[in-house]
Amino acid sequence: MTKVLDPTNETKPAEIPRVDRPESLDGLTVGLLDISKPRGDRFLDRIEERLVERGLRVERFRKPTFTKPAPVDLRHEIATKCDVVIEALAD
Amino acid sequence: MRLSQSTTLPEGLVAIVKEDCPTCELVVPVLKQLDDRTDLTVFTQDNPDFPTEISNRHFDEDLAISWHHEIETVPTLIMIKDGNEIERTVGWSRSQWESISGVSELGRELPDQRPGCGSLSVDPSLATDLELRFGASSFNARKVEFAELEDTHEALYDRGWTDGLPVVPPSEERVLAMLQGTSRSPEEVIATVPPDLAPCTVEKIAINAVMAGCRPEYLPVVLAAVQAVCTDTFNMHGLLATTMPHAPVFVVNGPIADQIGMNSGNNAMGQGNRANSTIGRAVQLVIRNVGGGRPGEVDRAAFGSPAKVGFCFAEREADSPWPPVSSMYGFTPGTNTVLAFPGEAPRNLIDQLSRDPDSLAQTYAANLISIQHPKLVLGFDAILAVAPDHSRVFSEAGWSREQLTERIVELTVRPGSELVRGAGDIPEGIPEEMEGLDLPKFRPNGLHIVHCGGAAGLFSAIIGGWVNGDMGSNPVCVEITP
Repeated sequence: MTKVLDPTNETKPAEIPRVDRPESLDGLTVGLLDISKPRGDRFLDRIEERLVERGLRVERFRKPTFTKPAPVDLRHEIATKCDVVIEALAD
Repeated sequence: MRLSQSTTLPEGLVAIVKEDCPTCELVVPVLKQLDDRTDLTVFTQDNPDFPTEISNRHFDEDLAISWHHEIETVPTLIMIKDGNEIERTVGWSRSQWESISGVSELGRELPDQRPGCGSLSVDPSLATDLELRFGASSFNARKVEFAELEDTHEALYDRGWTDGLPVVPPSEERVLAMLQGTSRSPEEVIATVPPDLAPCTVEKIAINAVMAGCRPEYLPVVLAAVQAVCTDTFNMHGLLATTMPHAPVFVVNGPIADQIGMNSGNNAMGQGNRANSTIGRAVQLVIRNVGGGRPGEVDRAAFGSPAKVGFCFAEREADSPWPPVSSMYGFTPGTNTVLAFPGEAPRNLIDQLSRDPDSLAQTYAANLISIQHPKLVLGFDAILAVAPDHSRVFSEAGWSREQLTERIVELTVRPGSELVRGAGDIPEGIPEEMEGLDLPKFRPNGLHIVHCGGAAGLFSAIIGGWVNGDMGSNPVCVEITP
């Protein structure tokens, strides 16, 4: 029998349950997160136009760089201010 | 193997001997004298019948007695009183043996003294086994058992723990031996490894270093390399997650490179040298196994590169015209360091005809301009590895690294009008607002000139960098400590 030592971090990632998808966007605040990829802003500008036309409240956010995870403060701000969030991966 | 019932030493005199030791053979008449006149117990390490003259003789077959009482030399003579060790001496010294035993006129035919031999319990080929069997060392890592009929290599692969190449199974014996390569505690947390941001101990790094094929003496380099990449400055998370093919490239400086047998010469960036091949691979396995960074998951590289298996080499310092590249980071020559550079696979450049420094610098500039895209500037660093046939030109002309760097950067300067988006009918390029500027390819300290490679070949090599600065990654150089 061969016995080896586990090379992994052996941790189980903490699972945070997702919020249920809303039936409708009516009355909700939509966060738009630009990850700072080129032209992601153009995509989100258009989405914002469409959402505002429907009478929704929109909040815009931007990650400092797409190469690093969003700062924890930014994540908290989005969670506090918004009901749903749309993130733009673009290029 | 039979384990000793107890490792407590009996009262009175205790001698630990082995037959395969001339000094132990020499003192047999003395042991006989002591056996006749005192309460003597002899423990023998190799031959249970040695010395036949002594009746109160025990076989320390599993070396438990020797290991627990820290016997480093045989013969060792110990006096035990009320369960406690009062005194001990190693080797043969008439005066000391007489003093400890209280018996005079010992071994009159013998020389006054004779050094002993190494105890079997400290034999390098047994030390790891004994440490595992008797030592307090216990691993924090989970122990995973494979069934008799399982193929270990397939089992390791199936668990997703390899990079696709076979790994050395990280048995307890091997990991314990690996940990001998550092004075750091196995529990010490060296880094927080992305993307899972998992705290990583010396022990976990040792496990992955075993798998990569490292020898224990490489471990300090691996530890420093893991530390270097797991910093905000280096941004290993971004380097892993990017669609670009880059990976950490490690350049080792200082005497440790020769001490552990690294290659800085012929084929330094290629195969065939164990240290070069396994140090970078160990870091990559740490990222994969501890950090959870795997291709197709957080690793989104479009192409990847052979550098992602592991890329490490040493600078050719002995005949370099320049101080080590670590001097760019404030380290004095002779310091053991590892430079982590976010790079891609190397590519060769040829100039077999230039014999003066300025024309060679022009060749370098012409090639370096093309990194990622000739119209993209300032955003990418580079390693320029200069081989001895090229470096000779600079050393004969007395060009310092700074002078060469400055000249290359100067030669890469081009007007923004040639670089902006749309110029030359190519949409790719720098933003239009930079049109009026004259711009070099590299930011200050972006170009890293390293002396490296075999003695024959009028070549240099380029390792292009990933996005630099706060948006991307910056090279990090750290000292290697034991």
